[in-house]
Amino acid sequence: MSAAPRPSRGPGKRQRIMVTPEGLALPIALASRGSRAGALIIDVLIIVFGLVAFHLLMFWIAGGLLEGTALDVEAAPRGAQEFLQILLVIIVFVTWYGYFLVQELGPRGATLGKRAVGIRIAARSGGRLPPEAVIARNLMRDIELFYPLGFILVLLAGTTMGEELGPLAWIATAWFALFLLLPFFNRDALRAGDIIAGTWVVETPRTRLAGTLSTQGAAATRGESEVTGARYEFGEAELSVYGEKELQTLERMLRESPPEALTAVHATICRKIGWEPGAGDERAFLEAFYAQLRAKLEGDMRFGKRKADKFS
Amino acid sequence: MKAPVLSSWFTRGAVAAPPDIASASLRSDRFRLEREGDWRRLESIVARMERGGLKRIPDDDLLALPALYRTAASSLAVARETSLDAATLAYLEALVQRAWFQVYGPPKGFGAWLRDFLLGGWSRTVRALWLDICIALFVMVAGSIVGWLLVARDEAWYYRLVPGGMAETRVPGASREELLATLATEENAAGLSTFAAYLFSNNSAVCILAFALGFAFGIPSLLLLVHNMALLGALVWLFAGQGLTLELAAWLSVHGTTELFGILLSGAAGLHIGRSMAFPGSQPVLAAAAQAGRRGAVVMVGVVIMMVVAALLEAFPRQLVEGTGPRFLIGGMMLAFWLAYFFLYRPRRPQEDSA
Repeated sequence: MSAAPRPSRGPGKRQRIMVTPEGLALPIALASRGSRAGALIIDVLIIVFGLVAFHLLMFWIAGGLLEGTALDVEAAPRGAQEFLQILLVIIVFVTWYGYFLVQELGPRGATLGKRAVGIRIAARSGGRLPPEAVIARNLMRDIELFYPLGFILVLLAGTTMGEELGPLAWIATAWFALFLLLPFFNRDALRAGDIIAGTWVVETPRTRLAGTLSTQGAAATRGESEVTGARYEFGEAELSVYGEKELQTLERMLRESPPEALTAVHATICRKIGWEPGAGDERAFLEAFYAQLRAKLEGDMRFGKRKADKFS
Repeated sequence: MKAPVLSSWFTRGAVAAPPDIASASLRSDRFRLEREGDWRRLESIVARMERGGLKRIPDDDLLALPALYRTAASSLAVARETSLDAATLAYLEALVQRAWFQVYGPPKGFGAWLRDFLLGGWSRTVRALWLDICIALFVMVAGSIVGWLLVARDEAWYYRLVPGGMAETRVPGASREELLATLATEENAAGLSTFAAYLFSNNSAVCILAFALGFAFGIPSLLLLVHNMALLGALVWLFAGQGLTLELAAWLSVHGTTELFGILLSGAAGLHIGRSMAFPGSQPVLAAAAQAGRRGAVVMVGVVIMMVVAALLEAFPRQLVEGTGPRFLIGGMMLAFWLAYFFLYRPRRPQEDSA
C-alpha cells in the first residue's frame, strides 16, 4: 500500500497521497459522496432512457409484424417475434451489467456520468487497475443499491396498503440499508464494491497551464511601470514581511482578480511595508512586488530556507 | 472545479505560443519555459489516449510517452523544491497524474484479457478456490438432503419450498403420468429460444447475487445455496415417491451438471470473499478482501459463460431429446468437460508481471 492518509492539509479531508513507481508523491483528491451519487444518477437515467427507447423501438417493430395479418396475433410470423423477444432479454441484461463494465475498463476509467462530474476509478494500492477489479466492483452494485432500494420501496408500498410489517422485514431493511450507507461509515467513502475490488473513486484534475507571470508587465521590466515610468524597488526589510502563502495568494489575485480587488490588495501591502499608497498604477506595483518577493523567496529556498507565511 | 470540466469539453486546442525564455526575469520561470513544450506534448498525447484512439496515435508519440512522462515527473520534483509558482505546480501535478493513469493503465485490453482468461486463467482461479468449492459442495449436498427430509416429514413444506407458479402439476399427490408429462419433450423448437434467454438472464442474476452476498462473511451465500438445493431435494422426493428418480435425474442432468456447477462456483466465490474477510491472515482486511474479490470476479465471468451454456442446454436438448440414456449422456459429457477443463487443463502460466 503506497497510499497513505495526509493529515497536513487542513480543509482537504479528501486529500490523499499516491506514490508513483518513480517515488514521486502525487496528491489526489477522493471524489465526494455527492458527486458520486450525481454520477450514478446520470448513469441510471441514461440506462433507463436508453432501454425505454429500445423497448419502444421493439414494440414498434413488433407492431409492424402484426400488419397485414388482420391484427391476429396467432398469424404473425412467429420466428420474428421470438427473435425480438430474445433480443430484448439479452439487450437488457447486457446493458445492465455491461454499461458500467465496458466504460470503466476504458482508458478514462469512468462512465459517462462520472466523466460529467469529473471523477474516475483508480486502484487503491496505487498500482495498475486490473480488469478483474472493475468486474468485481460492478458485480456488487446490484446488491448494494438496487436490492436495498427495491426492498425499502416494497416496504413503503406495503405500509401504505395497511399491511402489518413483521420484525423480519425491518431487520432485512436495516441490513440492506447498511450496504446502501456503507460509504458514510469509512474514511475513504468506499462502497462494498470498492472494498471487494480494491478500488476507490478519485477526482480527475483538469488544470490548464497558466501564463508565466514574470514575463508580463512590470515583473518583466525589473519593476518599471509602463504607465508612469516609475521603477519599483523593494528592500530586504520590505520583502521579508510576507511568506509563501501570501505570495501564492497574490499570484492568484494577479491571475484572476478584477482591478478593484487589486486596489485593496495594493493598499494593504503598502500599509504593511510602510509605503504611501498611490493611485492608478496598482497592477504594475503588485507585479513588481510579486516578482521581487518570489525571487527572494526562491533564492532562499535554494539555500534550504523556507518561509511558509508571514507569521513564520 | 465544475466549470473548468464542462468548459474543457468545448474549448480545445488554441494554446498561445510561450513567451521568449530569455524574457523571464525569474530563474524558476525560465526552468518552466524551457520544459513547457515537452509538457504540452505529453498533455496532448494523454488527451488523445483518453479519447480512446490508441491506434490513431503515431508511433513516435507512443514511443516518446514514457520518456515524456518521466520528464514531467522529474520536472515536478524539481519545481517543488525551486518554484513558488502555484499555478505551474498544480498543472504539473495534474498532468503527471493523468499521464500516470495512462502509462500505468490497464495492462492489456479486454480482448487480450479474455483470451488469457479462457486459456488457463479461469481454470487456474477455480483451482485456487478449491477449499471454498469443497465447502460449497458440502453445503449444497446438505441442502438437498435437508429439503428431502423436510418434505418427507411434512408435505406442507413442499409448498413453502417450491414456488407455486413454477410448477402447478408437480405437487404432492400428482399421479405418475402427470409427473412423467412434465419430463416429456416439446414437439418442436418454437418458443424455446425465448425460454433460453429468459433462463439465462434469471440464473445469471441469481449467481451474481450469490457472489455479491459473500460480502457478509459468506453466510448469505451459503443460505442461498441451501435454499436452492432444498428446492431440488423436495423435487427429487416428489418424483421418487412415484419411482421416477432415474428419469428426473436424467432430465435434470442435461443442463443441471452445468448450471449446478455454475451455482457451486458462484457460491464458492462468494464464500471465498467472506472467508478472507473473516480470516485475512497476515494481510490487512481490506487488502485480503480486494485480492479475494478480484479472484472471485474472474470466476464470476466464467459463471456467466456457464449460465449461457446451461440455458441453451436447458431450452433445446432437454426439451427435445427423449429418453433417459441420451439425456444422461449429454449431462455426463458436460460434467466431464467442465471437470477436465478446470482440474486437468493446466497450461503454463504466461510470463507477465504480477502487478
